[in-house]
Amino acid sequence: MRPTLGRKLMRTPVAGWMFVAPALIILGVFFGLPVFAALLLSLTDFDLYALADSDNLRFVGFNNYLDLLQTAIFWKSLGNTLYFVIVGVPLSIAVSLGAAMLLNAPLARFKALFRTALFAPVVTTLVAVAVIWRYLFHTSYGLVNWALGQVGIAPVDWLGDPRWAMPTIILFAVWKNFGYNMVIFLAGLQTIPQDLYEAARIDGASKWRQFRHITLPMLGPVLLVVAVITVSGYFQLFAEPYVITRGDPLQSTVSVLYFMFEEGFKWWKLGRASAVAFLLFAIILAVTTLMLRLGKRKDLI
Amino acid sequence: MKPSPLSREVGAGRGQAWLINGALLSLAIISLAPLLWMLSVSFMPAGEASRFPPPLLPSALTLGNYRELFGRTGMAHNFANSLLVSSAITLGSLLVNTLAGYAFAKLRFRGRQQIFQVLLAALVIPAQVAMLPLFLLMKQLGLVNSFGGVIVPALATVFGIFLVRQYARSIPDELLEAARIDGASELRIFFRIVLPMLKPVLVTLAIFTFMAAWNDFMWPLIILTDQEHYTLPVALASLSREHIMDVEMMMAGAVITVLPVLLLFLLLQRYYLQGLMMGSVKG
Repeated sequence: MRPTLGRKLMRTPVAGWMFVAPALIILGVFFGLPVFAALLLSLTDFDLYALADSDNLRFVGFNNYLDLLQTAIFWKSLGNTLYFVIVGVPLSIAVSLGAAMLLNAPLARFKALFRTALFAPVVTTLVAVAVIWRYLFHTSYGLVNWALGQVGIAPVDWLGDPRWAMPTIILFAVWKNFGYNMVIFLAGLQTIPQDLYEAARIDGASKWRQFRHITLPMLGPVLLVVAVITVSGYFQLFAEPYVITRGDPLQSTVSVLYFMFEEGFKWWKLGRASAVAFLLFAIILAVTTLMLRLGKRKDLI
Repeated sequence: MKPSPLSREVGAGRGQAWLINGALLSLAIISLAPLLWMLSVSFMPAGEASRFPPPLLPSALTLGNYRELFGRTGMAHNFANSLLVSSAITLGSLLVNTLAGYAFAKLRFRGRQQIFQVLLAALVIPAQVAMLPLFLLMKQLGLVNSFGGVIVPALATVFGIFLVRQYARSIPDELLEAARIDGASELRIFFRIVLPMLKPVLVTLAIFTFMAAWNDFMWPLIILTDQEHYTLPVALASLSREHIMDVEMMMAGAVITVLPVLLLFLLLQRYYLQGLMMGSVKG
C-alpha cells in the first residue's frame, strides 16, 4: 500500500535478528542445549567415574528408565509427589477462590489492605519461611501445638510422624501460594457483570446456586489456566521438603525432584537423574494436556 | 416499634458484613502471623523461644541475635552476594529481554512468528530438566562455584520477553517510521524512543526479576559449592542444619532474607500485581 513504509521496513530484518540474538543465544546455550543433552545423558551411565574421565561413559539405551521403574524409592517419591499435587492443588485453589470472593464482596472493607496482607507470603523467600514453619510446627515448643493444646487437642508430631509430614508441607504450600491465584481470580471475578447476580436474586436463587450457575461457569477459562499452572508447579516440589524435613520421616516427603537432586548431585549418577527429570517432565506434560483436553471438551477454552 | 422488612434486611446485611470481614481478618492473621512471629523471635534473648508456653513477644528487646549472626556466621557476606547476584541478573536480563521483546513486537524479520512460538512452547519444560547437563556445561566453562554460574543462565527468560512484547505492541508504528525517515538507526530508536515508552513494564519486569533471583534456591544450591559464595537462601538452608537449636538467631537470618523483597513488594506492589496479571493471561 505505502511503498515508503515497505522499503523502510526492509532495513529491519538485520536489526530484528541483532535484537533477538543475545536472548536466543543465552536461551539456546543455557537452556535448549542442556535439555537436549539431558535426553542424551539419560541414555548413558554417566556417574562419578565419567565425571572424572569421560572415557568411562557408556551408552545404555533405556536401561536407566527401566531400572527406575523397578526402584522402590522412585515409586515412593512419585507417590509422595502425587499426594502433594492431588491434595495440595484443589486445596490451594479452593482457598484462593474463597479469598478472592471475600475480597470481591461488596460488603468487604479495607480491600487493598487485606489484599496486600493475603498476598505477602507469596513474595517471601521460600527457604526463610520454610525455616519458620519448622519451629511453628515443632512438637514440643511449637506455637501450633500450643494453640491446639488450648482447645484440648493432644500435641501432633507434625514433622516426625510419616502420616503428618506431607500434610504439614501441604499446609505450608497453601499458606505460601494461595495469594498468587487469589489475585488472578479477583481479576476474573471483577469481569463478571453484576446484573447477572441481580437477575438471579430477583429469581430467588440462593447464594450457592449463584456460585454454581454464575460464578463458576464465568470463571471457567481462568480456573482451567490456574489449575494447569498450579499442577505443573506443584509437581516440581523440591525446596519445601529439602528445608523442612530433608525427605524424612521414613522418606515420606521425598519428592521426585528431591530424589533427582540426591541421585544427581549427591551420588553423581547424572545419567540416572536425567532419566528421572524426563519421566517427571513426561508426567507433567501428560497430566496438563489431559486437563486442557477435558477443559476443551467442556468448552472452557 | 416492629422492625420493618427493610431494617431486617439491613440487619442481615450487617451480619453478613461481619462474617465477610471477620473471615478476611482471620485470613490476614494467618497470612501474617508467621512473619510477625519471626520478627518478634529475632529480637528475643537466646533460648527464650524454646520455652513453654512459647512466648509471643520478647521479654527484653535485644539485637544480640543479629550481632551474632553477622559476627559468627558471615551472613553479611551472603547478603552482599545475594545483592550482587540479583542486581546483576536484573540489570542484564532487563536489557536482553527488552531488546528481544521489542523486536518480536515491532521489527520484522524472517522466522519471527515461528521462533516466538518455539519460545512459548519451551515454557512447558521444567527448568530442572536442564540443570544436570547445565552443571556439566558450567564445569567446562569454569563457572562452577562462581557468581557467573548463577547469573549467566538467568540473563534471558521467556517470561520477560513475553511481558515486554505484550506491552511493546501498543507502540504506534508511525512513531518508529517517522524516526526511521529522519535517518535514526534502529539502536538509536530503541534507546531514545522505545525504552522511555516501555518504562512501566520495565519497572514491573525489574521487580519480578529481582525477587525471583533473590528467592531462587535450587540452582544456586547446585552451582555454588562453598560458604563464601552462597546466596542468602542457600546460606540460610545450610545454617538451619547446623544451628537448628538457635531459634532466635535463625529467625534473625530469616528476617534479613525476607525483609528486602517484602519491602520492595510493599513499595512497588502496583507494578508487581500488574505484571502478574499480564503474565497470567498468556493462557
